[in-house]
Amino acid sequence: MKRLLALMLVVVMCAAVMVSCGNKDDGNTLKIGGIGPITGSAAIYGQAVMNGCKIAVDEINANGGIGGMQIEFNFQDDANVAESSVNAYNKLMDWGMDILVGTVTTTPCISVSAKVYTDRVFALTPSASSTDVTKDKDNMFQLCFSDPNQGTGSATYIAANMADKKIAIIYRNDDAYSQGIRDTFAAEARAKNLNIVYEGTFTEDTATDFSVQLTAAKSANADLIFLPIYYQPASVILSQAKTMDYAPTFFGVDGMDGILTMENFDITLAEGVMVLTPFSSDAEDDLTKNFVKKYKELYGEVPNQFAADGYDCIYAVKAAYEKAGCTKDMTRTDLCEALVKAIKEISFDGLTGQDMTWSDKGEVNKMPIAVVIKNGDYISAEAAE
Amino acid sequence: MKKFNLKKTTKVDFATYLGVIVTFIVLFVMQNGGMLSYSMSGMLVPICCFIVMAVSLNLTVGILGELSLGHAGFVSVGAFSGIIASQSLIGVIESASLRLAIALVAGAIFAAIAGVLVGIPVLRLRGDYLAIVTLAFGEIIKDLINCLLVGIDSKGLHVLFNAKGLLTVEDLHLEEGGRVIIKGAQGATGIQTISTFTAGFILIMITLVVVLNLTRSRSGRAIMALRDNRIAAESVGINVTKYKLMAFVTSAALAGAAGALYGLNFSAVISSTFNFNISIEILLMVVFGGLGNIWGSVIAAAVIRLLPELLREFNDYRMLFYAIILILVMIATNNPTFKNMLGKLIPKKKGAEIDG
Repeated sequence: MKRLLALMLVVVMCAAVMVSCGNKDDGNTLKIGGIGPITGSAAIYGQAVMNGCKIAVDEINANGGIGGMQIEFNFQDDANVAESSVNAYNKLMDWGMDILVGTVTTTPCISVSAKVYTDRVFALTPSASSTDVTKDKDNMFQLCFSDPNQGTGSATYIAANMADKKIAIIYRNDDAYSQGIRDTFAAEARAKNLNIVYEGTFTEDTATDFSVQLTAAKSANADLIFLPIYYQPASVILSQAKTMDYAPTFFGVDGMDGILTMENFDITLAEGVMVLTPFSSDAEDDLTKNFVKKYKELYGEVPNQFAADGYDCIYAVKAAYEKAGCTKDMTRTDLCEALVKAIKEISFDGLTGQDMTWSDKGEVNKMPIAVVIKNGDYISAEAAE
Repeated sequence: MKKFNLKKTTKVDFATYLGVIVTFIVLFVMQNGGMLSYSMSGMLVPICCFIVMAVSLNLTVGILGELSLGHAGFVSVGAFSGIIASQSLIGVIESASLRLAIALVAGAIFAAIAGVLVGIPVLRLRGDYLAIVTLAFGEIIKDLINCLLVGIDSKGLHVLFNAKGLLTVEDLHLEEGGRVIIKGAQGATGIQTISTFTAGFILIMITLVVVLNLTRSRSGRAIMALRDNRIAAESVGINVTKYKLMAFVTSAALAGAAGALYGLNFSAVISSTFNFNISIEILLMVVFGGLGNIWGSVIAAAVIRLLPELLREFNDYRMLFYAIILILVMIATNNPTFKNMLGKLIPKKKGAEIDG
């Protein structure tokens, strides 16, 4: 019977822990939640978004907040795992979140977006780029390009400027981001009659050696390699191609951004690499300069695109909030409906693009910029020619 | 002596059932009364799944005495077959609970088949081969699912195996209105989340009934005899492969059902969700609760899943505290001084009480 007693005690203890702590919302703050990986292999993306968001929140709070309310920002870790992400979301709901900025990575975001849709919370993801994130969910919006936009955008750019190149693609086939962009790129390339001569894949476990893929691309005479991947594996590809004396044009998308600020990376390797990106930390406008300066002061490094996405998200929420004329006493659901309507009406200027607008599908409309790396700097592709 | 033991195990078994039932009723009432926080209600189904996974792995590791490092592989097989079953029956079967039941059965069946395939060659061997092969199995399943494209339209299921990585969902040639269920590395998306806490509870009860009755039966004694002394067991005519396979396949099937329940609780599942870390986490639950100790696995699974969420207050140091707590508990439960101290708190039957 003692075990029975012990079990009962455990039950009582658990129950005590589980009872909700109550929602202490005094209505004088706007609670914005964020979710992303702070630990695990994707931690740098979550960190960057969190830092970017914090800068924006501090700026807004210093200037009087949104609609007379100070922003309270709470960023929860999900370690890039869908289950933890949903847990983090639930935690934020207990906290009394009004608006969600997140989640950072794609697969967790798809799971969270389903919850967001049923709970009617307005959500804007800084960087989850799959179309599945926003599909059939009217209150889920993206600030980054969606995968099809990046894939077709790259194919369109190549078709317009370098149509006669023989193209090789190296992508990571156990990653939704990489696979997604590759699929839409390949489809658009077929439609545009581009010549894809080789496709090589790798996985998380084999991202340290690309000699097989590069040799195959070289023997297929590819003179343009499309890399819809993040910059860590891309840096390995660049240095291995260099040792092989193989110098095709490398063409990357937003995940390639950040390669110049990577530690221990020889930036001469990236010479001539083309990147389709919404953000470059070397841009000359005041907004970017100011942001980069603050970021360096606070976190000691050059912000990447994810940090800029996070920063823009907070300001986009502010813009939509002000456009909708929301007030303090609105409930979460009312706020959601008002923001959903308003965000489609605003035209937002941020770090990652001018005149951003949002469609009914939740996707953002902004122009990707093709940049070329010259002497360790990004310059626009038109200027390089 | 024997009689006394038998009675005690029966008592413990019934206490386990009762504990689970009471916990369920309390939580169920609290959930319906809106007394549970969002984060707690969100964790109920995953915890149920992990309890089933831990109890089923305990059958292999604790009762059969074979080390398995690929339990997540069976969970994965169950999850994806369950998702395919449930998603393709949308519109055919209206009742979500019925679809969930079918998905769980499908998950169990496919995981059992995988268990037979892995078990037949490996369980004939002695030594650590099962650990090595199950480890590989878990990784192979992950890669196989990465290559899988599945869609459904009015003509039925379309399945493509995308080994070279050159195919996309367009190659499935779905009709207008067809649905893509699994997109290779991008996993299954747009899943209708039909898992419920009640289903989780029923699955735990089924698992407990199956595992506890198997353990206490004639076959269970044969399985434990194999664990304790294989040669002696063989000498009295116990069929080694048969009984080992019985335990291993049952364990795989239950893990598959748990996987299906888990998969249908989230709207997106990718194959790397069920990676080696999950296998180790389930093994940790088994070791934590005590090898061969079923109620221990139930509590350990719940505690290990809850802990990281309860530690969210610590922000950046969350996983650090998590690891420290696990290490401390492991040390404490194996420390004679601590055991004596605990024994003094519970005066009677102290040895039996602590060793479980």
